[in-house]
Parts: sequence; structure tokens; C-alpha cells
Amino acid sequence: MTTEIALQINGMTKNFGGLKAIDGVNLTIPKGDRRLLLGPNGAGKTTLFNLITGDLQPTSGSVQLFGRDITGLPSHHCAPLGLARTYQIITLFPKNTLAENVILSLLGISPLRWSPISRIKGRKEFEERARAALKQVGLEAKADRPLGETSYGEKRRLEIALALAQNPSLLLLDEPLAGLSRQERLDVQALIEAIPRDITLILIEHDMDVALALADSITVMYHGRVICEGDRAQVVADPRVKEIYLAS
Amino acid sequence: MTSNTRITLISVTLLVLALAAPLVAGQPFYINIGSQVLIAAIFAMSLNILVGYGGMTSIGHAAYLGTSAYVVALLTLQHGFGFYAASAVALGVVVVMAAIFGAIALRGTGITFLMITLALGQTMWGVAFRWSDVTGGDNGLPDIKRPDLFGLNLVEPGLFYAVMIALFVIALVGMWIFTQSGLGLSLQGTRDQPRRMGMLGHHVWLVRWIAFIIAGFWAGVAGIAFIGYHGYIHPLSLGLANSAEVLLMVIAGGAGTLLGPVVGAAIVVVLKMVVSAYVSRWVLLLGCTFVAIVILLPEGVVPGLERLLKTLLPETRNDGEASS
Repeated sequence: MTTEIALQINGMTKNFGGLKAIDGVNLTIPKGDRRLLLGPNGAGKTTLFNLITGDLQPTSGSVQLFGRDITGLPSHHCAPLGLARTYQIITLFPKNTLAENVILSLLGISPLRWSPISRIKGRKEFEERARAALKQVGLEAKADRPLGETSYGEKRRLEIALALAQNPSLLLLDEPLAGLSRQERLDVQALIEAIPRDITLILIEHDMDVALALADSITVMYHGRVICEGDRAQVVADPRVKEIYLAS
Repeated sequence: MTSNTRITLISVTLLVLALAAPLVAGQPFYINIGSQVLIAAIFAMSLNILVGYGGMTSIGHAAYLGTSAYVVALLTLQHGFGFYAASAVALGVVVVMAAIFGAIALRGTGITFLMITLALGQTMWGVAFRWSDVTGGDNGLPDIKRPDLFGLNLVEPGLFYAVMIALFVIALVGMWIFTQSGLGLSLQGTRDQPRRMGMLGHHVWLVRWIAFIIAGFWAGVAGIAFIGYHGYIHPLSLGLANSAEVLLMVIAGGAGTLLGPVVGAAIVVVLKMVVSAYVSRWVLLLGCTFVAIVILLPEGVVPGLERLLKTLLPETRNDGEASS
């Protein structure tokens, strides 16, 4: 039996003027995989995420999500198709409470987002699911606090809660540990480990200890290209990977 | 009682007192000012959907009020329509106009959006000013009769004011329901984090476009009330000065709050009507008032007072702890 493919990228290229940010990337992520995207700054990891989610239009190439072509589809099509992501730079709603932040996420996949009259606050299906998502990241007790009263580490966890609340099939995590202290890193690591295995994960992360512990497989990018792919031992042994990391 | 509940109670009490004040004063002069404040308040609330809840600063919003008023004037004066039939057509025209203008203006955001709304607004002003065969040009269109309602002649200031109160309350409640609704929350989310909202499944452009049309609709309602009150429409009502004035009402009162535009409308209209009776340089006073607001309550009068009240009325901690 062949494994189902969660994400298939073929011949993806993205040019910014003369710069080839992504240069002929092919990537196959099987369902249930936890893939780590590795590479020095400017390797094109976040650009690749932006191309998958439709924030950017590829110069050439295609993206398939569970066999369905989503190349260049605007980003609001992602959520209904089971694709969620988090951001490297905190991208949350500063005027709202934590629960309201998650409710905006739940609203994104609900037809009620078009209703100009139905009151959302107090609706059980939203309130309960928002609290469940916050519980998943350990923020249940702070559900009714405004975002401004939370720490940076808590905001990082809320980033993940917003994505998890939609119960996605494929989750893209862009540096979920960026800027966290040692203890906070361990907390978030545990939280990512606890994500159900039926959610396929693609992770960009620079913290090697955590990233290598979380990932099933690794793809190394450099100057917009995939230069190496495999499990931990294969990647660490690859001479080109050594060269990049020692040279840079 | 939480401080939020207290503030709501205080706001409602003040609103009811303010609505009753012109009737207590009794003279038609004050009652008419009351009507004008309410018309301006509906107009400012409509712009608040864009500026406050959508984060889209438009400086061409008078085009919708003015067009709606012109349509009512033209249909009643030249085509034998009744006031209410003409009003229904006017709302249809304004909705279609907002749909088209919105599609054009929303090709940009921020300052680009603002400039396009300005250009579109001035286009409508130009049409009203130059197409004098139809619009009367600089003479405007006078002598639109105030209609009857349920057999009552609305020429009587008190009756007209009562109708304006009803219309205002409908608009206010409608606005409150909208801001709590799925679409309203979605709009506020696109104001704060458009990119994330897209990723979460919200169609950012479409949400903004619908908001633009709703804002146009309510400006159209204000336009009908405007022509009903004045019985006269001039190209100035479509123009930049009027668009800027309503934007000032929204910002001074507090953009993105339910009552902010209402308070802003009251400040501007009262200064304009009452103070100008005693002081000839009332515009100077209006300017000083805005400077004072910007210095003392930079977020607007309503959010500013709310902040002050919250510090004066600390949470009484019995409800949270006792019930849990």
C-alpha cells in the first residue's frame, strides 16, 4: 500500500526581480510526517511557506495538497482545505482576549463569518472549542485576558492554538520557538510533540536540539534549493550540510 | 457589578437624557438641533463601519449621503414620486453606487484607498455642480416637501424629532448587532491582522467590500433624513468639506466605538448651530475643541472618558470570585 501524500511540490521557482528566492524545489511530504525544514537565513524556507499558502504567487511550479492542486490559490482557501500555519513574527489580534483570538480562527471555517446579524459571543460551539484549543496549549486559565496582558512565550503558544483550533490536516509551523527562553522552549516542544500524529507537520526551526528531537525527517535548503533530504543521521553525515553550516 | 456594566448603564442613561434634552428645552430651535445631531450621528456611524471597524479611512463618504438626497429630490420634484418611494429608489441607487465605488477604492489600502475615495467623492460633487440642467448646479434643488407619516405632518419639529429618534435607535441597535456578528468580527479582524485573517479562511477583500456597501447604505439613510429635514440639497453636501467633517466626528468621538460617532456628531453640530448664534468665529472654536480633544483624549472622547471612568470605578471584586 502506498502512503498518502500530504503535500507535493513540483519544480517550484520564485523570482524576486533578479533574485531566485526559490529555485526549482521539489518536495514530497507523506501524510503523518513531521518534517523539519533546515537552512541558514535567506535559504527560502519562509518563502516556501508563503508559496504553499498562496501569500505569494510562484513564478513556476505546482503545489498539491492531498492530491488537490492549490497552486496560486489565494490564502483564504487554505483553511477550508485543512491547511493551517503559524508565523515567525507574532501575528495575533492585539485588541482581543485570548479566547476571542481563537474564536476568530474558528469563525474562519464557519459559515457564520458571513452573517451580519448572528451574535458570536456566548455561542457554545465557539466558546467551548476556543477553550479546548487554549487548554491544548496550556492557556486555558488566561482565556479572558486581553492579549496585551500576556507574555511573549504565551503569545507563541497562542499562535499555535489559532492553527490547531481549526483541526488542520497539514500544519506549517514557522519558527515556533523563536525568541523563547530555555524553559519556554521545552514547554512548546512538549506541546508540539503532543499534537496528534494524524496532523502532518512541517516545521522551520533553528534550535537544533528541539528541532531534531521533534522531526521524523529533515529537508535542508540553501540558496533556494533543496540540497539534502533524509533522517537525522543522513543529514548530519552529508558533506554539503557540514560545509554550509561551518562556512556560514 | 463590573465596571463594564456600570459604564454601559452610565452611557445608556446619558444617551436617554441627551435625547430628552431638546424636548425639555421645548423651543423648536433646540428640537431642530436635536434632529440635526441625530442625522449627523447616523451619518457618522455609517462612516465608523469603515474607519473604526474596518480600518479604512474614507474621505469621500459625503458622496453617499448627497447622492441619496439628490435622488430623493429629483424623483419627488421632477418625476412625481412620493417621498417614501423616492427614498426606496435612493437606497437602491446608493447601494449600487457603493458596490461600484467600493470595488474601485478597495484596489488600494491605506493612503491609496483614502485618495481614491476622495477622487470618487469629488467626482460626484462635480456631477452635481456641473450638470445644472438636472441638479440645478450651484442653486441646488429646493422645496422638497417633508412627508406625512401615519397621517401626521412631520413639518412639526417635535414629530420630526421623534421620527429621527426612532431612526437613530434602529441604526444604533443595527450597528451594535453588526459589530457583534460573525461578519462584524471578521471585519475587525481584517483591520488588525489582514494577512492572518486570510490564512484563517476569511476572505479579506470581500469582507471589506461588503462593509463598504453597508456603510454606503447607512449613509444613504442619513441622506434621506437630511433631505427630509432641510428640504434642500446643494453640491456642497456631496463635497470634500462635508466628508472631512463627518470624518472628524468619527475620530473626535472615538473611531471603532459604538457611541463615539454619536458624541462626535453632537459636538460638531452643537458647536456649529448653538455657538455660531453667539460667536461669529465659531470655526475657530471648533478647531480649538479638536486640538483640546487631540491633546487630552487622543483616542477620542468616548474611549478617553471610558478609560477615566474605569480608573474612577475600580472593579468590585465580588462577582468574579464569589460565583466561581
